[in-house]
Amino acid sequence: MVLLTRKIEFSASHFYHNPDFSPEENRRVFGKCNNPHGHGHNYTLEVTVAGEPDPVTGMVLDLKELKEILEREVMQRMDHRHLNYEVLELAGQIPTCENIARVIWNLLEPKIVQGKLHRVRLYETPDLYADCYRNGAKSQ
Amino acid sequence: MSGKLKIELGRRYRFAASHRLHTSQLSDEENCRVYGKCDNPFGHGHNYVVEVSVSGEVDPATGMIANLADLDSFVERHIIEPFDRRYLNEEVAAFRETVPTTENLCIEIFQRLKNFPKAKLERVRIEETGNNSFEYSGELQENPGGNRP
Repeated sequence: MVLLTRKIEFSASHFYHNPDFSPEENRRVFGKCNNPHGHGHNYTLEVTVAGEPDPVTGMVLDLKELKEILEREVMQRMDHRHLNYEVLELAGQIPTCENIARVIWNLLEPKIVQGKLHRVRLYETPDLYADCYRNGAKSQ
Repeated sequence: MSGKLKIELGRRYRFAASHRLHTSQLSDEENCRVYGKCDNPFGHGHNYVVEVSVSGEVDPATGMIANLADLDSFVERHIIEPFDRRYLNEEVAAFRETVPTTENLCIEIFQRLKNFPKAKLERVRIEETGNNSFEYSGELQENPGGNRP
């Protein structure tokens, strides 16, 4: 098995707020991220696909195709968007790194038919990221 | 599509410290041969980057595996305060007898963080420099000590 990873970057805004919490609780739990005006990040997404290289093309999957899937499923949905208001799949969820990574996994998994989606890693900043993978797959 | 979706949170921390790679179990010549420049008796330092990975259920109320403020303060208390701007060989008890290689540092940091109460510690990965990194996921039951040569 060979792992192939493609990286893309998108910029988006968000804030953390749970309507079931009191204003004090929201501030205590979410801190600065509770600012209702929102704030933004340059997200870096690493998508890893696992598979056997095709004996004829030598490829696990065509990188052009992966690029198009990422453009359609992630960039068009999330790039320069407000994640709280403009991404249907995140409705009702706090747009944390963990939840965004899971939404991206669910968007990509059915679209990747050559090879198998192995891991989604989403960096919110260079020092903070979430990994999403199926239990049983190695996280690296 | 088998297996439940698993989410991990990764966070990078930094500290600067000095160390010397030297073991009393080897002769001076052997120490010099095995550890080379790292055996310099005056020690030398690194800017360490520690990547901590934790896993758990994402709380629907917060969208989080663990509140970052809790993880940050736990790491600050257990790792950054005792290690930052220190000489590891002299100032961290675990390294008085054990060679403070970054392999052993991974194990020591894993032991110190494994009791984080809010999530499961999956892995500690340390970059000693931009070109060297080491990982430990707790497979070893006991600290094996530093006498690898």
